[in-house]
Amino acid sequence: MNRRTVRTAAVTALLAALLAAGLILNVNTGAVDIPTGEIFALLGKGLRLRALALLEPDRYGEALTAFLTGSTEARVLCSIRLPRLLLAAVLGGALAVSGLLLQSFFRNPIAGPFVLGISSGAKMLVSVTMIFLLKDISTMNTGVMVLAAFAGSLLVTGVVLLFAQRVRNMSMLLVIGIMVSYLCGAVTDFCVTFADEHNVANLTSWSMGSFSGASWNAVGFSAAICLPCLALAWLLAKPIGAYALGEGYAQSLGIHVRAFRVCLILLSSLLSACVTAFAGPISFVGIAIPHITKSLLNTSRPAVVIPLSFLTGAVCCVYCDLLARTAFAPTELAISTVTSVFGAPVVIYMMVKRRGREQ
Amino acid sequence: MSYFKTENLSVGYRGNILIHGINITLQKGQILTLIGPNGAGKSTILKSITRQLRTISGSVYVQWRDVHRWSAKELASHLAVVLTDRVDPELMTCRELVALGRYPHTNAVGRLTAEDRRKVDEALNLVGGEDLAEQEFSTLSDGQKQRMLLARAICQDTEIIVLDEPTAYLDIRYKVELLDVLRRLAREKGTTILLSLHEIDLAYKVSDQLVCVKGDTISRYGPPEEVLARDAAQRLYDMERGSYDPLFGSVELPRPEGEPKVFVIGGAGYGVPVYRRLQREQVPFAAGILFENDVDTPVANALAAEVFAAPAFEPVSDDAFAAARNAMLCIGAVLDAGCPVGTFNRCNGRLLEAAREAGVPVFTDAAQLAIRNVQ
Repeated sequence: MNRRTVRTAAVTALLAALLAAGLILNVNTGAVDIPTGEIFALLGKGLRLRALALLEPDRYGEALTAFLTGSTEARVLCSIRLPRLLLAAVLGGALAVSGLLLQSFFRNPIAGPFVLGISSGAKMLVSVTMIFLLKDISTMNTGVMVLAAFAGSLLVTGVVLLFAQRVRNMSMLLVIGIMVSYLCGAVTDFCVTFADEHNVANLTSWSMGSFSGASWNAVGFSAAICLPCLALAWLLAKPIGAYALGEGYAQSLGIHVRAFRVCLILLSSLLSACVTAFAGPISFVGIAIPHITKSLLNTSRPAVVIPLSFLTGAVCCVYCDLLARTAFAPTELAISTVTSVFGAPVVIYMMVKRRGREQ
Repeated sequence: MSYFKTENLSVGYRGNILIHGINITLQKGQILTLIGPNGAGKSTILKSITRQLRTISGSVYVQWRDVHRWSAKELASHLAVVLTDRVDPELMTCRELVALGRYPHTNAVGRLTAEDRRKVDEALNLVGGEDLAEQEFSTLSDGQKQRMLLARAICQDTEIIVLDEPTAYLDIRYKVELLDVLRRLAREKGTTILLSLHEIDLAYKVSDQLVCVKGDTISRYGPPEEVLARDAAQRLYDMERGSYDPLFGSVELPRPEGEPKVFVIGGAGYGVPVYRRLQREQVPFAAGILFENDVDTPVANALAAEVFAAPAFEPVSDDAFAAARNAMLCIGAVLDAGCPVGTFNRCNGRLLEAAREAGVPVFTDAAQLAIRNVQ
């Protein structure tokens, strides 16, 4: 076993331990206090009943319902905290991988769905769909939400790519991303101004970004989208590694550059759209996490960095959500409030370091 | 039988023909170099051969097979490239970068086998880059980077390697080493190599075939000794001032203009530093008496206002001596470059005597003369 394998194993173990600790902390803290020992007892019982109910719905279905609605602890744990925790983990990971794919696409570590305005595009189209097409948010189907977010992501990505052909300079591209994101924000605000009052309340809380509305439904849906995307991204690890040398070299190694680029953009957009649909736009995770992961591993080998970015993203969002939920309890912060505080300095650091290297 | 061949190839951008009628044939294991002025289209031709650009018309064949009909994978296993693109991968070690050359040979997840690792080591060894293998690529100097990119192309293990200006950032030592590696590849592994170079002298030395790209077509094509005869290089680059000697690769700045102010007596290489010094000081001079096979002669021809040359392997004739003597006395100043006088260049000794007899000042150092020139 060489040094790099040891390092990768150590980082994986560390992240797994952090995730486990995050699980306990997250479940443990809040208005209802559940002792640590009881968490595992409840979890075990819940899982067993759930599995049995799947196998023999007639015999165990009622027992499961009784368990879930029986004690306050069980209810809080199983229908509020656990889905929220899992949603934060899955979406955090998805966002990190989405950022990583965009960075591979632009061959620049300062690309991400938020800074390029892609999240804002998703938000814009979701708002438009919510207000004008459906009239009533409560009837909005999660599938429609994700589709709208995906369409919005692709729309903005398309616009950014059009400019990217003309502007080779990444700083200019970032400025364009920020401008596009203002434009999308303007359209969103315009919609909000003319929306019904009860829609506005919902829209505002959603667009602030939060995992608070998590349900098992949302967890299942987002996992069904994000995990296959993660697997596909991992399968692209080989060409992603070669693409780091630039288009010319990638082409000479037998990569269909155009098809490969389309795959990257579709996967990245789908991942970030899923995040935006379920938790609203979340800032900086997409840039900061891949960078942190690469620095931890001291490598940029995609086969390792892709899965571990997912893990780091999951850990990060679980803790950020914990902070958002508990720092000023009972008032909850928006998730971006927390992620910006730690993410923005990382991005500034990266830009300064890069500039230093270029000179 | 030709191994590599282009047939009536026309290349350019977006349907606009830049260069047409490119017909080149190469044997296996030969090196072909494209030379020509900046912006002449050397890169365009190479990119069209490697399929980075679509050709406008005509074909490229390798062993009678049309390169543009190959699948992307076939292309990758037959042809490797070293491009001018800026490469800046984050946190990638040199070994990882070089190992990317194995890309067409590895499985779907890019796992390196023992054989792959051996080829990577071999390629690193060939460019002398073993010591840098574990360093991060982006921390390397331009020259080291270029060697790693060459190693990457080598371990792709292809029959053809195409390099676009591979010596652009290298200092003279690495230029020579890189071209030596290319020669070894061609000779030992039978790799066919196409490249573009700015240095005509190096192109002359490394290539089996030279192609001059100028205007909208190939102006010359063939073995270097034919292509670079006499002033071909000067015409290729439209050099109006200064001169270039392809045989030695020596470049001279434009000669000082005006009537000669000093007569330089040189020979056997003593003259060259003096001529160049006078060129820098912009002092027009005459040079003599030089045999046509003297090393001083080509430089004197490039820099002197007037050269008194005598045929090689013959004693200097009295007429030639008289002409040089008259010119020297007429100029009225002599610079002795310090060449020893022997049996065959006795005439130069006689010139010095004649100068002293006539009271013409004889300098031994170009610096004294430069001061006089300023005064």
